[in-house]
Amino acid sequence: MNTLTPTQTVGPYFSIGLAWPDAWRVAVDDSGGPRFTLRGQLRDGDGVPVSDAVLEIWQADSAGCYHASRVDGFRGAGRCAVDERGCFRFETVKPGAVVAPDGSLQAPHINVLVMARGLLQQLYTRVYFAADAHLHNSDMVLACVPVARRATLTAVANASNEQVFDIHLQGAHETVFFEL
Amino acid sequence: MIRAFAPLPAGVYPPNATGAYRSSAKRAPQAPLVAIPHTLSEISGPRFGREALRAGLHDLTRPAGATGEALGQRIMVYGRVSDERGRPERDALLELWQANAAGRYRHAGDHHDAPLDPNFTGAGAVVTDAEGCYQFLTIEPGIYPWGNHYNAWRPKHIHFSLFGSAWATRLVTQMYFPGDPTLPLDPIFMSVADPQARARLVAHFDLQRSSADYALAYRFDIVLRGALETVGEDHR
Repeated sequence: MNTLTPTQTVGPYFSIGLAWPDAWRVAVDDSGGPRFTLRGQLRDGDGVPVSDAVLEIWQADSAGCYHASRVDGFRGAGRCAVDERGCFRFETVKPGAVVAPDGSLQAPHINVLVMARGLLQQLYTRVYFAADAHLHNSDMVLACVPVARRATLTAVANASNEQVFDIHLQGAHETVFFEL
Repeated sequence: MIRAFAPLPAGVYPPNATGAYRSSAKRAPQAPLVAIPHTLSEISGPRFGREALRAGLHDLTRPAGATGEALGQRIMVYGRVSDERGRPERDALLELWQANAAGRYRHAGDHHDAPLDPNFTGAGAVVTDAEGCYQFLTIEPGIYPWGNHYNAWRPKHIHFSLFGSAWATRLVTQMYFPGDPTLPLDPIFMSVADPQARARLVAHFDLQRSSADYALAYRFDIVLRGALETVGEDHR
């Protein structure tokens, strides 16, 4: 018999319980590799910024290893509530390639969870990097995504050398979300 | 496809596109979710031990900095967190938040005309023990109106956020109270199609665990997805 506890929405008042100071700083120094800023904006089906959402990320270190707990200045996990313009940012290091179950390498990626009022289930997605495009064709997870939609999972560098990853919950550019 | 967790049974996790829940209309993704293999990225996950907790977060009736005690019916909420194979979820961080006894959140976005309680923040956090058990002391939250439709009321509830052992087992949910007349009217609670699964969101009143002359007790057990004994091929 199934016994799983169902999910429910995080609602609009999550900041009361999910306050986690400085959680957007996944890396607090350069001990795990050079840091960069991952930023983006969350939009709904009308293109309107979503101002009451919280994102979490989970990623490997620069060598492609996951650490459940903090190692020096790197903790692998981060959380950021979007601001009134739907914007979020994380300070972190570029993850290395992570080994896949079949022994191949996955392209470097950051795992993302989106939680918001209006979402009854949390949404999983991943950030890949345009600079690693040559690794994307052999990535086991990207292989599950229709080619035409893969661009929604790719961050693009801006003039300040930040990685920009905008998330569209609906619409022509709807981000690919995963069933785990 | 390589899957480390059993597929989600139908009707347990609510669909994001739920018409009766108005906020989902422009936010629920329209394309089907893309099934992916469970790799190291999905089967690993962050751990937050007791060192992540500020002192006093297990007792919401006397928040840090308050001069007195929160108003309302004192309740002790306790339970066991396990995976779907019955194994305890040890050292799991459980974060929670709720409205006060009058049905008002301490949040700038809550404009409900009900009083704030200077001695109640509604924020708590605990970590499960070696058997997966947790407990915290709080007050019973109030029912409050919301704008989903005319005369809409949210049942009494406490928000729960849990980190299990894997990224794939992260859970955000809400605990409800037995006998609440607004439960069958609530599109968020009713979004869970399977009535047995829905019933698992309702805590059980427990007189035995209640503290005589002090606080009532409610039991709320939580079950997260659990890894299969061996990673299997799921030929869907």
